[in-house]
Amino acid sequence: MKRWPLAGPGLTYLTVLMVIPLGLVLSYAFLRRGRFGGVVYEPTTENLTRLADPLYADVVLHSTWIAALTTVLALLIGYPTAYVIADLPRRRQTIALIAVVLPFWTSFLIRVYAWIVLLSGPGWLNKALRAIGLGPVDVLYTDAAVVIGLLYAYLPLMILPLYASLSRLDPQLREAAANLGAGPWTTFRTVTLPLTLPGALTGCLFVFVPSFGNFVVPELLGGGRSVMVGNLIRDQFLKARDWPFGSALALALLAVLMLLLFAQAWAARRYATR
Amino acid sequence: MTNTPNRLLTRLPFWLTYVFLYAPVVVLVAMSFSAGGSPYAFEGFSLRWYGELAGDDEILHGLVNTLIVAAGSAALSTVLGTLLAVGAGRDNRSRLLEAVTLLPAVVPDLLLAIGLLVFYAAVQLTLGLHSVLLAHTVFGTAFVAALVRTRLAHTDPSLEEASRDLGATPPATFVRITLPSLAPGIAAGALLAFTLSVDEFVIAFFTAAPTEPTLPVVVYSMVRFGVTPEINALATLLLAVSFTAVVAAQRLTRTTDPGAPEATK
Amino acid sequence: MRGMRAVSAVVTGLALLLLTGCGEGDNRSNGPDALDPKADITEQSLTVSIWDGYSPEDLPERVKKDLGVPVKIAHHATNEEIMAKLTVGGTAGSHSGVDVAFVSGQYAQALNEAGLIEPIHADLIPNLKNLYPEARQLAYDKGNTFSVPYTWGTTGICYRTDFVKQPPTSWNDLLKPPPALKKKVTMMTTERWLALPALKVLGHSVNTTSDQEFAAARALLLDAKKNLLAYDDTTFGDRLTKGESAMAEAWDGWCPTSDPKIEFTVPKEGSDLWVDTMVVLKSSRNKEAAHALINYILDPEIHSWAAENILYKVPNKAAMEQLDPKVVEANTPLRMTPAELLKGESIVDVGEAATKYTRLSTEVAAGS
Repeated sequence: MKRWPLAGPGLTYLTVLMVIPLGLVLSYAFLRRGRFGGVVYEPTTENLTRLADPLYADVVLHSTWIAALTTVLALLIGYPTAYVIADLPRRRQTIALIAVVLPFWTSFLIRVYAWIVLLSGPGWLNKALRAIGLGPVDVLYTDAAVVIGLLYAYLPLMILPLYASLSRLDPQLREAAANLGAGPWTTFRTVTLPLTLPGALTGCLFVFVPSFGNFVVPELLGGGRSVMVGNLIRDQFLKARDWPFGSALALALLAVLMLLLFAQAWAARRYATR
Repeated sequence: MTNTPNRLLTRLPFWLTYVFLYAPVVVLVAMSFSAGGSPYAFEGFSLRWYGELAGDDEILHGLVNTLIVAAGSAALSTVLGTLLAVGAGRDNRSRLLEAVTLLPAVVPDLLLAIGLLVFYAAVQLTLGLHSVLLAHTVFGTAFVAALVRTRLAHTDPSLEEASRDLGATPPATFVRITLPSLAPGIAAGALLAFTLSVDEFVIAFFTAAPTEPTLPVVVYSMVRFGVTPEINALATLLLAVSFTAVVAAQRLTRTTDPGAPEATK
Repeated sequence: MRGMRAVSAVVTGLALLLLTGCGEGDNRSNGPDALDPKADITEQSLTVSIWDGYSPEDLPERVKKDLGVPVKIAHHATNEEIMAKLTVGGTAGSHSGVDVAFVSGQYAQALNEAGLIEPIHADLIPNLKNLYPEARQLAYDKGNTFSVPYTWGTTGICYRTDFVKQPPTSWNDLLKPPPALKKKVTMMTTERWLALPALKVLGHSVNTTSDQEFAAARALLLDAKKNLLAYDDTTFGDRLTKGESAMAEAWDGWCPTSDPKIEFTVPKEGSDLWVDTMVVLKSSRNKEAAHALINYILDPEIHSWAAENILYKVPNKAAMEQLDPKVVEANTPLRMTPAELLKGESIVDVGEAATKYTRLSTEVAAGS
């Protein structure tokens, strides 16, 4: 049943254009910086020790916080939404799902740009607030704007896996729980929630990973007043031309993501065996 | 189910989500028809920005580049990804394959972008459109392989065995039996690879030649250089095209066999 | 399960590190290439990377018509963006495909030290004679040995007269604006210009490398951040016109002074002299055509276009003398003479200390 030779071209391709480039960039973390970018082939660990510098540690922490906040908000908004969608009649489910994904099909950058127009001082949010007699708010170019932008960009990635696990849920399970005298909340807590947890975890991962490494949203909606690890990495390569340190930061970013992947796998296994 | 006020209350987050998702879209579409240049005030209906968009060589150049890259990388990804999945077969122990196909999903695009930039420099590959195409084929291949693999797990291996028992050569079995049964997975993979490539920004930003930006790269510099109402017109057109495509795909899957939508390449 | 697989993939990747420890050749080859003044430039073609809106839109057509050289224009948003593309390939290959790049003086200096640009063959650019004598002796490149100035100017405060009651005279007016202007001020984010207002207020050089001076500047900049709307290098003029902001740290030419409500001033503590230059890449295979293009741009007819349309001063005496007096009248920065400009301190490349500027800007951007 194995036809490994067929897999050859694809595997070679991914090895040459993905595994080697990633390996290359991560290996630079252990080399010295070239004066004008690039690296000098002298092994060193100083790039890794620089990571302990509170300045960079703070940025990594700050990014973790922003990405985590985005993920939690996506879960809080996405769960009830997916829940209602899964409860709709079949045809309307399709429409509702398409409606979730549709804005996703314009350009990502245009979606981010739209929030500049909405949130800026003379923008539409403040126009609407003024119409109902509320004062203007300065949201654009704050961390709040960054979280809104990330949430907007990745919310569908939370809703879709949640919907997938909610729609697979057998409605009879809930009925059975209700018949056994469980209230709606108890039913939700003891039946629905545990069964949809894997979907929720997948959704969290899908939102957290791209949020954590993002540099476009902090730049455009954060007005350069907020730095995330993605900006820092990009700046090391583009501005400071300090590739080794950029690579060290990339290693740190991967380490945080791996930690999360482990946590997710562990949580998923725990619930699967219960 | 329950009484009405309660039901309304549970549905409130649902409606708020759609308000959140569509508020920016509504503003973009409305402002694309505004005669004025300010994004903050509607100054009368006009198709002016659509005219300007049609005459904007930089955007058109970016659009053509994007379509070339997306079509090319989707085609290449489909071939490589399908072969990869079929080659690995239904063997559940092919951990290596899973790892390799999962990598683009868990590694931030920024890392892949930088890795490729450094790699291209190391092998002295001149940047151009081809460098973006090659880069986009990386995640395209991975996604196609993942989707075809899922499909493979749901197909019946006995069909292939029967074909072989009846004397068909392995290539004939592959073309007549295996490929058709995988068609929906392959088509979905091709479509996904195309869609992801069209909107990909970070990798294109790092690996495109300065003279050959893709549309997202052009949009990025437009956004950074200030608010241009042309972007609203562009967004509206993109939405219209996606909407039509989605509706058409829906129609297609409903009228034909649900398992066999046309591959778009 | 997912986690395990991903990890094993990364381990595979890390294992490959060991395979990639290949060496790199010496990057330096600074000497000029032998150029053939009689080369048929119509056989060559050029790729030019320049800031968006920084050259006449019909430049490619004109060059094709007058010189017979096909030109492709690429746009970069910032110095850093083009530097990344130019430096990544090293000297060995025409990695970026760019023949002529427009970069600021200190970046040209860095490119030269890295051996990435071709020395200027003055004999191929007779129009160098049109430049002001001052423009031939600039600090980052005395005698135009590797770069030719395209525009020059200074950095100051650009403000709306209807929002700013007291016309600014000091960098302190930008760094410590009155309460009414809170969240109405923008500053630039490119490292050297981010540091400039604070360094000047403190009486330090814009090319400082002293840690003590950086520490003092950092404190000032972090303080200023509280009143800032955003850091902005590209759209500060747009924001002022739209009324989103009231005051901005700005390059003179990008301050939209043609708007009667907007004025530009150079603070009393002084400022910089920056120069945007044209350089020919070492990796170019079209160096003769590249020189011909630079010579063509230094033609007063063409060069005066830049001054009239992008409102930046050009270091070209003949071109400046041809300017439409009405344009000069409406835009104060265009009236600055070379002597006035030279009062500004030239920004030069600071070598390894450049990382200190990067660190400073990270500290300011990440701090609160």
